[in-house]
Amino acid sequence: MAIEIKTASIEPIRHTFSNVARRQGADKPASRYLEAMYDLQPTVNFHYRPLWDPDHELYDTGRTAIDMADWYAFRDPRQFYYGTWTITRSKQQDVAERNYAFVDKRNLLDLVGAGTRERAEAVFVPLRHAEYAANLNNMYICAYGYGTAITQAASFNAVDRLGIAQYLSRIGLMLDGNTCESLDRGKQAWLEAETWQPLRRLTEDLMVTRDWFELFVAQNFALDGLSFPLVYERIDGELQKDAGSTISMLNEFMNEWYGETSRWVDSVLKTAAAESDANKAQIEQWARHWCDRAGEALQPVATEVFGERADEVMAGLREELATRAKKKAGLDIE
Amino acid sequence: MAAKRLNLREKYQKFTRDLAWEPTYQKKSDIFPQTEFEGIHIHDWDKWEDPFRLTVDAYWKYQAEKERKLYSIIDAFSQNNGQLNVTDARYVNALKLFLTGISPLEYAAHRGFAMAGRQFGGVGPQVACQMQSIDELRHCQTQIHTISQYNKYFNGFHDWNHMHQRVWYLSVPKSFFDDAMSAGPFEFVTAISFSFEYVLTNLLFMPFMSGAAYNGDMATVTFGFSAQSDESRHMTLGLEVIKFMLEQDERNVPIVQKWIDKWFWRGYRLLSLVSMMMDYMLPKRVMSWKEAWEMYFEENGGALFEDLSRYGIRMPKYWEVSVKEKEHLSHQLWATFHNFGHAAAFHTWIPEESEMQWLSEKYPDTFDKYYRPRFEFWRQHTKEKGRWYNPTLPMLCQTCQVPMLFTEPDDPTQICYRSSQYNGEQYHFCSDGCKDIFDDEPEKYVQAWLPVHQIYQGNCGGASIPEVLEYYHLVDGQDNKEYLESNDRANWLRWKGMADTEADREVQAVVNE
Ligand SMILES: [Fe+2]
Ligand SMILES: [Fe+2]
Ligand SMILES: [Zn+2]
Repeated sequence: MAIEIKTASIEPIRHTFSNVARRQGADKPASRYLEAMYDLQPTVNFHYRPLWDPDHELYDTGRTAIDMADWYAFRDPRQFYYGTWTITRSKQQDVAERNYAFVDKRNLLDLVGAGTRERAEAVFVPLRHAEYAANLNNMYICAYGYGTAITQAASFNAVDRLGIAQYLSRIGLMLDGNTCESLDRGKQAWLEAETWQPLRRLTEDLMVTRDWFELFVAQNFALDGLSFPLVYERIDGELQKDAGSTISMLNEFMNEWYGETSRWVDSVLKTAAAESDANKAQIEQWARHWCDRAGEALQPVATEVFGERADEVMAGLREELATRAKKKAGLDIE
Repeated sequence: MAAKRLNLREKYQKFTRDLAWEPTYQKKSDIFPQTEFEGIHIHDWDKWEDPFRLTVDAYWKYQAEKERKLYSIIDAFSQNNGQLNVTDARYVNALKLFLTGISPLEYAAHRGFAMAGRQFGGVGPQVACQMQSIDELRHCQTQIHTISQYNKYFNGFHDWNHMHQRVWYLSVPKSFFDDAMSAGPFEFVTAISFSFEYVLTNLLFMPFMSGAAYNGDMATVTFGFSAQSDESRHMTLGLEVIKFMLEQDERNVPIVQKWIDKWFWRGYRLLSLVSMMMDYMLPKRVMSWKEAWEMYFEENGGALFEDLSRYGIRMPKYWEVSVKEKEHLSHQLWATFHNFGHAAAFHTWIPEESEMQWLSEKYPDTFDKYYRPRFEFWRQHTKEKGRWYNPTLPMLCQTCQVPMLFTEPDDPTQICYRSSQYNGEQYHFCSDGCKDIFDDEPEKYVQAWLPVHQIYQGNCGGASIPEVLEYYHLVDGQDNKEYLESNDRANWLRWKGMADTEADREVQAVVNE
């Protein structure tokens, strides 16, 4: 039949782009993730040295102490490109929206004791500023990092962090009945309260950290690795005693996000450390240093909720993080 | 108690700029080290008017909806072999120019706006730039995913980013963005958001997207439309950036004007590639370059600059030259690519008689007089002696990197040459516009990676054409040369079940060594 012959003759002359075929070792169909991730960033023949950094090219491997033979080894286990990332987030956003509406409609926060509400406000609301710093830090990694594999994931992370800062702001507005008072109090605390100064100092120090991979380790592994479990597991768990699952519902996005993002962070660290002993030693040194800093910075926050037990809680978190580093990335950061 | 509702503006302020604080443990100038060196004075970042107010959750929601729709259309397009519905296989060459020349710029915009989004000292512009950064990644990726299907059936697409970084004419778009990104954040957004996206974007998107619609390319139409709402956000950012700088300090005005002059000219020279695409590469034409320039630049642009005059901003320098050149631009470009078609990653051809007729009508004062005779001569030459390719290497403009092919604004028979001395060396330019840009920052433009110089210096695989093509990953006989002799055409005729009326014609094309 004529139609069959016609369709049969429309055979592709190749199955993917040449750069992808070279990396796959064969011209075979490639995923959307790979076709729109591999080699997107220029690597050669730059025209002008940046006025803002004449010692480097526009894209330059020399902006970090980490060395990789192939910067596209940092493939994202989530295989996020813009489309899959945004669709994933919009689904989570739907759930968050429903949770917020549910809490709102049933006035569930009114059923939570005043003390617990105050505590929730005191812990969650100032953190929106820390999330803003995390946003800038990940934008920095996207801007000055090397290779689309890691830089695009960092750009998604940056926007995620702005999203989290906004969710935290919404929690504040729900707690203060849309008056903004909690946000103002939270900012005041962030700027002046003893509890928050070590953390604020840490975030400001991170915003001037120049080595983008060090910043990745410090922000996405060390600080997030201690603060997310502290806030969204331990403190949330403590608040549940009185608030039931109300506050957890408001935090669901952050909880889920952290689990998912950790997979990416772990795989980046594992890949970089497996590349060379020098990388491994450098990452371990950074991780130890910034875990110490993050632990100290979070200690007063933990004390707000756990009082004397804070030491124990923080030590436990540090141990868990070390175990995670060992198991997931082969790093020794005890 | 009845909860008081924040209005959108208040809410947006709380959700963005209220997140920042005055640092005390580190100096603000260490956190944002790039805000001063360009000479722009900002007194109050809070005066920034957010050009759009989109919280992240709303952004995810809208963008995801668009992505779902877009990818379902791309899926259907490839399942149904939608590439066979285009008017003619020649059309696909416009897409090759797009993927190798424009999509890499979307990526560059992604990284450039990440830099600006990290460097600006106020949360308002940070957030606007950051959202644009990921939008631009979206554009790059949706373009790759759309064109992926064409890559499977046509030549010239397969190593688009390798080519972008090496092939001679692709240094025109690459150097354009390298130039913007290597400047500071304020010049970058003036260059890209204002000069390119606000002033000139219609001259890029209208030709490609309407061109796609006219030529049956539903996939490209779809990503074009899908990007449109992003682009309208980008354009408002462009205008806000300019107004913000101009309103902050009078001393900013001359700097901004200088950048507008520079980036108008840089963008205009880049668009010369689009002019030939409009007039020569689309089998079914949308409008002529000249008409597009009149409508989108002379009329719309004129009104815009009229509006900006209250800030002391005037029309970009040399805009009159662009008006004179509109009669010639596309013809001069296509003639050059026709002659260097052995080193291009798309096919070239002589317009058919009906197309020549269209060009005569659209360019009554110039086409028949200056250009038709050339094309007819080459057509005759091909018939008698085979397709001719220019065996030499063209001289490139040090600034825009287009070969020296433009004529004097007032004399279309004379190639326009300008030059400057710097550190005892002579540098050549295609125009006063390009010379001025060089003269203002010679230490920057002497660094240019000029493809022809690089070939001479032995940095492109060797001195012979086959060696250079190999360096480009440009497969000789597949990706380049005459359309009539191409695999693309042969495959197309076979897929469409059409007879090749010239099938027994002898293939005589050779690249002169
Ligand atoms: Fe774009
Ligand atoms: Fe854009
Ligand atoms: Zn020029």
